[in-house]
Amino acid sequence: MTKPEVEITYQSISPSDFFYRNREIAGFSNPSRAIYAAVRELLENSLDACESISIPPKIYLRITEITPSDAERESAVYVLRIEDNGTGIPSEHIPRCFGQVFYGSKYNLKQARGTFGLGGTITVLYGQITTHKPVKVVSSTGVEIHEYEMMIDIEYNRPMILRHTVLENKKGWRGTIVELHLEGDYTRSMSKLYEYLKQTAMVCPYADITFVDPKGRLYRFESATNVMPKPPKTVRPHPHGIDVETLRRMTATSKVKNMKLFMIEQFQGVGVMTAEKFLNFAGIDPKTDPKSLSPDDVVKLVRAAKEFKEFLRPDASCLSPLGEELLSTGIRKELNLTEKDFLRVYQRHPSTYSGFPFIVEAAIALGRSLSKNEEGSKMIYRFANRIPLLFDESSCVVWKVVNKNINWSTYKVSNDTPLVIAVHLCSTKIPYKSVGKEFLADQPEVEKEITNALRHIARYLRLYISRNIRLAKEKRRLNVFEKFLPKIAEFSAKLADKPEPPDIKPLLNAVGAELPEVERKIREVPQIAGEND
Amino acid sequence: MQEKTIRESDKQRESMERALKTLGNLIYDQITNREFPWIMMQSRSMDNIIYDSEIKQYVLGDKMVRRHSRNIAHIRPFTQFIWTAWFARELLRLRKTSTLREVYYSARGQRDIEFKNQTESDNIITDLETALNRPREDFNVYPEERSAIFGDLTIEYTVPGYEGKRMNLTEHPDGVMIGPALTSSEFIETSADKVLVIEKGAMFTRLVEERAHERFNALLIHTAGQSPRSTRTIIQRLCRDKKMPVYIFTDGDPWGIHIAMVIISGSINAAHLRGLATPEAKWIGVWATDIINYDLPTENLTDFDLKRLKELKEDPRYREELWQREINTFMKIGKKAELEAFSRYGLTYIVDEYLPAKLELA
Ligand SMILES: Nc1ncnc2c1ncn2[C@@H]1O[C@H](COP(=O)(O)OP(=O)(O)O)[C@@H](O)[C@H]1O
Ligand SMILES: [Mg+2]
Repeated sequence: MTKPEVEITYQSISPSDFFYRNREIAGFSNPSRAIYAAVRELLENSLDACESISIPPKIYLRITEITPSDAERESAVYVLRIEDNGTGIPSEHIPRCFGQVFYGSKYNLKQARGTFGLGGTITVLYGQITTHKPVKVVSSTGVEIHEYEMMIDIEYNRPMILRHTVLENKKGWRGTIVELHLEGDYTRSMSKLYEYLKQTAMVCPYADITFVDPKGRLYRFESATNVMPKPPKTVRPHPHGIDVETLRRMTATSKVKNMKLFMIEQFQGVGVMTAEKFLNFAGIDPKTDPKSLSPDDVVKLVRAAKEFKEFLRPDASCLSPLGEELLSTGIRKELNLTEKDFLRVYQRHPSTYSGFPFIVEAAIALGRSLSKNEEGSKMIYRFANRIPLLFDESSCVVWKVVNKNINWSTYKVSNDTPLVIAVHLCSTKIPYKSVGKEFLADQPEVEKEITNALRHIARYLRLYISRNIRLAKEKRRLNVFEKFLPKIAEFSAKLADKPEPPDIKPLLNAVGAELPEVERKIREVPQIAGEND
Repeated sequence: MQEKTIRESDKQRESMERALKTLGNLIYDQITNREFPWIMMQSRSMDNIIYDSEIKQYVLGDKMVRRHSRNIAHIRPFTQFIWTAWFARELLRLRKTSTLREVYYSARGQRDIEFKNQTESDNIITDLETALNRPREDFNVYPEERSAIFGDLTIEYTVPGYEGKRMNLTEHPDGVMIGPALTSSEFIETSADKVLVIEKGAMFTRLVEERAHERFNALLIHTAGQSPRSTRTIIQRLCRDKKMPVYIFTDGDPWGIHIAMVIISGSINAAHLRGLATPEAKWIGVWATDIINYDLPTENLTDFDLKRLKELKEDPRYREELWQREINTFMKIGKKAELEAFSRYGLTYIVDEYLPAKLELA
């Protein structure tokens, strides 16, 4: 027997190393996508930081080209700078928030854009590997200002601080500034980037976003309100959504003495009665010490938790839907809808899938102002936890609902009706179909809620459309009489050798007698579009 | 004599103008009375076209329709109707004639009421005929198709510039075109004692060359296929006023049969008009039995021909024995023959043998 020729080496890699090797997973797959992904990650962090303390975000974003684009690679080096008025980051956390993958403040159970403690760091990492320049983070929680210049030690998933300066904060500034170098292709990412900002402004009508692009163009997305949605509350997990590992960890760290108290304390909506009933159902003695549960017991409990029917519905206070008012403000503003256009927003009651609460908000818009922009087909806007989803539309459950589940002709919508449809899904766990986080899986519960929401609105849409058809018809009628009666008068007079044609005004008035009624109906139309149940 | 005829045609024109003016007054008054203008006329829908076996012609029944300008679907044709009436009055006033096609084009300048196609304008003209109960020739609108007449008939023109001018219809060897001028002329005198109507121009020319008009003492008319209404009017006038028998000579196929029948009994399309049919006229050939008797060269009947024959068989105008016999024979032999078929017996055979024999029989 001979030894194998090939020598096999075994090694372990750090999380940052993993993302360094697999950056396409996080959206940094090519130069044009990279700019888009970087803006998205940093902007979302800023919005999260403002919304968590209910401050209307004021965000300044600037991208500057510093080396002219490389003709061969079609990419250039840019400086990306973003400033916000959010919470700021306590100095001691700054290096790790931007220099260590899987470090963050959003691991608790409440709705936020960020979840994994990944986006900010991977952006910094991408900038570093393409330009070998440090990132600059300036932040203050309202006291002194901290300025860091740092890089990531990729091999060990840890920050390397190059410079840390503490500055006086005379004006009491609070917020965060991030500035980094990265390689990308702005020209090719431009349209998606603009679309992303526009749609962000649509779901965040209280945000004020300024963007200066590499060509020096200024884009302003002004806020239309300073009302903010109610912030989400952190909740305890719901038993339906628990998995074996989480339960094991919870039992290991819990300080209570028995399983009954454990259930009451660790989970939402579980009282004395429910705890007893459930443990009985699961076949676990309520007096058992959580720490003494065997691995088999843990598995048994998780299974039972999924089957037990008497838990309360998951608590939706961890969600922060926009609300009908705000969503319609946002859509109206970004689509430049007028009062005469149809816009109706509807928020469904909270629902759940696999123990995770979710809320669907939907809107449909239709009107003259739209037909000019979006010719023909239905325009779909998709949002998840206030993040616009821009890619892979046709793989998304929203697309499926719009194109398969709903028979639009029953709502008098024809193929070339310029409809705009918006769907916002809020959840502590968005059912993304892939790691790309660009489209929603067809989770049956979610699909049903979206379908119901759109059908509900579509009923009003039908009313609007049929009144408009009626109105158009009535106008056409009048038009026809105005066109032909004068000619009948003219030629009858000529035929009868009369010097003047007879007066047709009384006849036209008779036709127009129905006008006020029609006009009243038209005036009602915006109400159809706006009134909520 | 001369004075009288001109006054007669003047009278007709005046009465037509009066009818049009009355129509204008009617609508003018309706509007002044704050009423949406409307007109009543006989319905031309299929269920109101009835065969009158007495006069052997299709006529309109009692059903009336109302064209109402209050009706959004009617107002455009209604406006076109008034415009057409005005146009007709202008024609009469200016003493001009026009054609169906010209009417269609004349509306082109009129925004919103211009006709989409000639079928639309033809229809409106038929409306006007129905409403006024007068053929369009009375308001100087003629068809495009032109047929011709030849033979010893002296006519006197009434059209402007030719008033009182006379002409003998043998003057031109190609025949004289049956146009508005001829249609409105007076028939002064003739030595002929019959009318021979031929479906085809080529055969007409042959008959002129063979001096058939002299040999049969006849006026020759060629219809150029299905005969235009002005030609039918002339045939009818010759038969009625000059008491001349009329003989029709067509191809031996269903289409030829029907050309003869329309001259005799009128068409469904003109059920709203009288004075176009000549019930006394006779179809003398080419019969199906002639095909057998004269052993003519034939072609097979097509499916299309057979279908048409079946339709004719059911048509009330064809109830009489001669027609039924010939239709049945056509169906039985499955053959048809053209007028030219006789040339197998030499170019003059038709004049020398066939026609004399058939006229004899008739
Ligand atoms: N602009 C900012 N303002 C306040 N905190 C921020 C900002 N950007 C990043 N952070 C903090 O850094 C953490 C890590 O960010 P990130 O890597 O994007 O992960 P995630 O957003 O998923 O938590 C966040 O959880 C947040 O606490
Ligand atoms: Mg983030």
